[in-house]
Amino acid sequence: MENTFLLTIVVLIYLLLVGYVGYIAWKRTKSADDYMVAGRKTHPFIMALSYGATFISTAAIVGFGGTAGVYGMGLLWLTVLNIIVGIFIAFVLFGKRTRKMGHNLSALTFPEFLSRRYNSKFIQYFSGAVIFLGMPLYASVVLIGMARFVETTLQIDYTIALVIMAMIVAVYVVFGGLRGVMYTDALQGTIMFVGMVILLGSIYWILGGVTAGNQALTNLINVVPAQATAKAAATGFTGWTSMPALGSPFWWTLVSTLILGVGIGVLSQPQLAVRFMTVKSNRELNRAVLIGGIFIFMMTGTAFVVGALSNVYFFDTVGKIAIQVAGGNMDKIIPTFITSAMPLWFAYLFMITLLSAAMSTLSSQFHVQGTAIGRDVYETVTGTKGKSSVLVARAGITIAVIIAVILGLILPAGIIAVGTAIWFSITAAAFLSMYAFALFWKRSTKAGVISGLVIGTLISVFWLVFEYKKSAAALGICKALTGQVVLIGTNPWPTVDSIVIALPISFLITVIVSLLTKPPEKEQLDEIFKGI
Amino acid sequence: MMVLGIDDPWIWGAYILCILSMLSCVVYGALNWNKGGEDEEEQIKEEMEWHKKEKEMEEKELGLWDEEG
Repeated sequence: MENTFLLTIVVLIYLLLVGYVGYIAWKRTKSADDYMVAGRKTHPFIMALSYGATFISTAAIVGFGGTAGVYGMGLLWLTVLNIIVGIFIAFVLFGKRTRKMGHNLSALTFPEFLSRRYNSKFIQYFSGAVIFLGMPLYASVVLIGMARFVETTLQIDYTIALVIMAMIVAVYVVFGGLRGVMYTDALQGTIMFVGMVILLGSIYWILGGVTAGNQALTNLINVVPAQATAKAAATGFTGWTSMPALGSPFWWTLVSTLILGVGIGVLSQPQLAVRFMTVKSNRELNRAVLIGGIFIFMMTGTAFVVGALSNVYFFDTVGKIAIQVAGGNMDKIIPTFITSAMPLWFAYLFMITLLSAAMSTLSSQFHVQGTAIGRDVYETVTGTKGKSSVLVARAGITIAVIIAVILGLILPAGIIAVGTAIWFSITAAAFLSMYAFALFWKRSTKAGVISGLVIGTLISVFWLVFEYKKSAAALGICKALTGQVVLIGTNPWPTVDSIVIALPISFLITVIVSLLTKPPEKEQLDEIFKGI
Repeated sequence: MMVLGIDDPWIWGAYILCILSMLSCVVYGALNWNKGGEDEEEQIKEEMEWHKKEKEMEEKELGLWDEEG
């Protein structure tokens, strides 16, 4: 009863805050044109925080934080990459050029950008199809992240939580127009940021300081009963503050899937690439580097440190390590830690912020899928626009929501981080070489990038279906065809991520085929690279 | 060597590198805070055009959003 009362108060306060910033935004913007002008005069703080809130999804905090509970602080390499690649390289090197080139090409979607750069319709519908087919996986893990948090905090059944969440999202999407307003995004970003600062401060406070806390985590491996970590240790786990045994399955999962897959794959995320075209000027990007750097550091760094250190907290309080307390499901480590170590009001506020953040992430994911199927695939293939493409886009979104919910119900426990990583790997294999060459290599040709795109995608999908154990076992196609779970059973291959294989091959193929084919016309290139 | 209570240099290295890379972003952003806005007028115009076209596509062609959010 008391809890319900507290929850109601927290929800009301949150809604009041959202209403208040919404009101400010509305007062400043009477028409769509005003909206755009207001956007230009917005404080860079608001700008960068709304950026950050789109960047970091619920999946990152709940899923990857929980993963750090199992894999330890080695995951901090992902934070390093998130800052260097996801912020610095993405904004300064990729962002500025994407902005200018996107405007030169009048491209509105990521596939359209690539297709106009190389003057190929095939690129557009092939890329659109990859996005439409692959993205439900990413949407489903965000949905799972939300549902796990609600399940743990409110103590309700996971399936019920998932279905309720899905219904709210469906309403949100159907009623359209609820695109993340910059101010609300910034509010979410601020609350999440403050929440993470409190969380980081609290855990080090509880554990007696930074060095003492880390030290306790270092010592923990010698203190916990061997059987608690036996399964992980057999695959290469050596402790929460040491890297796994080099070349072990545990090491490959950590390094190739979680760190490289996500750390590098972020560059070719369609929804993030498009954002560069909506940036006002290069100055905005310069400023966003400062605020984005701090934001990502605080969000992912805290999630990983807290996830890892939660082992010490749980061992001190209940005599078990984090994954045991979470019932073997690493997706529940962060929610469980927050509900047991933090005050209830904090857990509630955090939950609501995560929910609304997930909502805007999901909404933009479904939006990207609708655009991909409606514009990039349907309009490009048929050449017709108007009523029928509206129908296709809406049907596409409906199907995408349904698939995401079904995946949320059937995917195994502890899937958030790996699911995210798989999606990032596919996009990297398919798009990264083409996207990078589009921006930086004038000699790259249409034939070259198409070869890279198709071969990268095929290898990536083949690897996920026939060799990468986590996905191959879940799909069962390899087993049905060959009788084996994966084609090559010897380590490390079943744990090597597809990005390590598909991305270099795709790069190489693009270069070779480009050099073998006729260079693009100079006038065409001048037009594309105007002002760059 | 033990740094911040962590033995493995690969881990405390990452721990410190996180902080250093964050600080480099801060330094870069601060040094370039006012740079890149020289032809802002034109840049803003370009981006406005882009927004208008995007809005048209989303609302008229695809019917994804009914009004500006």
